[in-house]
Amino acid sequence: GSCDLLCSQNYPLYIRSVPTENELKFHYTVHTSLDVVDEKISAMGKALVDQRELYLGLLYPTEDYKVYGYVTNSKVKFVMVVDSSNTALRDNEIRSMFRKLHNSYTDIMCNPFYNPGDRIHSRAFDTMVNSMMMQVC
Amino acid sequence: MVFIFMFSITEVCGAKRVGYFGPAQFYIALKLIAAAQSGFPVRIESIKNELPLPRFMALKNDTEVRYGTPAEFHGVKFQVPHATLEKNSYKRTDEGDKQEPKSPPMSPICSPPSSPSTYQRIPLNYGYGKARGGLEQQHGAPYEVRHSTHQQDGPSSGSYGAKSALTCSTPNRSVSVEREQQDSSTQYSDDPWRITEEQRDYYINQFRSLQPDLNAFISGSIAKNFFTKSKLPILELSHIWELSDVDCDGALTLPEFCAAFHLVVARKNGYQLPETLPETLLPEYLQAACLKPIRDCALFDSYSEPLPSSQQTRDFSRTEKSSAEEVPDNSALLQDGKKDDKQALKVSTTLKTIPKEFQHLTVKAAAQEPNALRARPRSRSYSSTSIEDAMKKGEEPPTPPPRPQKSHSRASSLDLNKIFQQSTQAVRSGWLPPPPPALPPRPSVSQTEQPSEVELHPQMNRPPSQAEENSSAKKEVVLAQPPSKPARRKLRTEAQGLETPELSPTINVTSSLPAVKPHLPVQKQSSKQKRAIQTAIRKNKEANAVLARLNSELQQQLKEVHKERIALETQLEQLRPVTVL
Repeated sequence: GSCDLLCSQNYPLYIRSVPTENELKFHYTVHTSLDVVDEKISAMGKALVDQRELYLGLLYPTEDYKVYGYVTNSKVKFVMVVDSSNTALRDNEIRSMFRKLHNSYTDIMCNPFYNPGDRIHSRAFDTMVNSMMMQVC
Repeated sequence: MVFIFMFSITEVCGAKRVGYFGPAQFYIALKLIAAAQSGFPVRIESIKNELPLPRFMALKNDTEVRYGTPAEFHGVKFQVPHATLEKNSYKRTDEGDKQEPKSPPMSPICSPPSSPSTYQRIPLNYGYGKARGGLEQQHGAPYEVRHSTHQQDGPSSGSYGAKSALTCSTPNRSVSVEREQQDSSTQYSDDPWRITEEQRDYYINQFRSLQPDLNAFISGSIAKNFFTKSKLPILELSHIWELSDVDCDGALTLPEFCAAFHLVVARKNGYQLPETLPETLLPEYLQAACLKPIRDCALFDSYSEPLPSSQQTRDFSRTEKSSAEEVPDNSALLQDGKKDDKQALKVSTTLKTIPKEFQHLTVKAAAQEPNALRARPRSRSYSSTSIEDAMKKGEEPPTPPPRPQKSHSRASSLDLNKIFQQSTQAVRSGWLPPPPPALPPRPSVSQTEQPSEVELHPQMNRPPSQAEENSSAKKEVVLAQPPSKPARRKLRTEAQGLETPELSPTINVTSSLPAVKPHLPVQKQSSKQKRAIQTAIRKNKEANAVLARLNSELQQQLKEVHKERIALETQLEQLRPVTVL
């Protein structure tokens, strides 16, 4: 699986993949899924504060995996790629994972030394993401 | 050991009272064991004797054996309290566990790993002289004494020439031998992540300089500017913040600030940053400590009462002795051992250096004019202690701080930087506790206030941004100032003769706000006012010129950007017909 954090200009702030081979493939997947994310964002004209977006379906013939997206109020996008083989993952779990990501992200923002748009080097964030992904994958 | 002995030892060393074996209690307990084994009664006084090392039979680890020999070696070498040696040689229980993880952080300073890792370094040897890095311990005289780390001189003497440290610290040691034993409990050994009293006081003073109310927060931007002065890389500062801002609210309370400052200092001294916040730096831990000015040694209450002040003076005198690079006048000031002087030094030195970041420090100092006058001729050094010296290594150079935005460079970078600066300054000006300035429309009263702000700012390295802050601050503050203006005027007349008259009004603002005195002699005021008005006019003109220059530069940039835009649009137009085909 992989977990990515992209900013409003769609460049990545943070990318973490487990297992780490095929990382490039995950990058590519995330990038292609950005189009769908943007589409969904623009579609939600009203009630824009719908924090959660579930994207299900980008299935390749060779392997199956699901891509989930999540957008914050400041147009920061979280994208998560998980193997479809991991069918034990339910919607709620994905939601909670995104919520945790969001919380960690706001903690990072509280750090005055962090400039929005920088890559994220926070170790706390790293540990959190790692633990989350270990849990899932 | 017979149980009775153990029981009485436990009682005497204070563990029973405190409820646990802290480092102090442990050392004393070991000493008492030695005493008991030598046949002395189990009393506090017996540990003052020179005792052989206690004999322990239980543990047969390699570590035990390893520690034993060097300890004995050092026992011969130094005829000083054995408690300090013992504690290093017999690291078994919690102490031992604690030191193991600490040894990696100390490794940059430690001699090669062959030396027992538990030989504790002086945790933070703020270079008294120029020495940093490996030579720190040689300047850690007060810490050596207080932390009783004699043994480290042995293994490290080869590498660091600590013999000089030895010689310089032995007289100190002999002076403070007695106190040392009692202090060993209060100084928490050589844990680099513990904050000593001296450090804590310094941190608290720094906190106060940023935010007078000790119970309030320091906002993120202010803290950021402050810690950026230490010249650590942003990544590390970010990590330090992450560690110390426990509640993740973007602001630092006093204990959080102390922890952050401590980490900064540790990093500057070569320690690696820990992955998680050490427990001695946790806010809860520090909160209790910060609130208690007296060292919280429950054991030696009677001894510790007179200690803080005397030690402080001793420290300062030692500082004077060992800090070669300090201007001698500084040390003269130091011998007063007053914190006011420290702050005065800070105030004066910031005036001298006038890096922009210190502006808020000067503003916030309270009633420092006489000291400022006295201390001003000093060199730039901040130092009243070596701690400040260490910090100052980062802040000292009168050359501009790392930020590149001072110069009026062309190109778009200027815009962004200016904008960023403006935003931070706006925040900072918001934090300035009621900065003095007033708007021109206000008659004579305001004129006196204007020079204070205006004079203060143009001296900074970045006049344009100063002027902007000036104007924004003026607007913010004018409404809040009426009651204190008469008071400020009065104080200002006192300070008229100073080289830097702009300091006093700002200082007076803070100090005089609580004491409003509406009745003042008018005659004095009018003559002073005229002079003040003239200076104000001059300064305003300067500011105007600067602003005009900035304006023209920005206009130019705007034109350039417009041109670019036009060029791009024409390109687009040209391309468009192509795609249509």
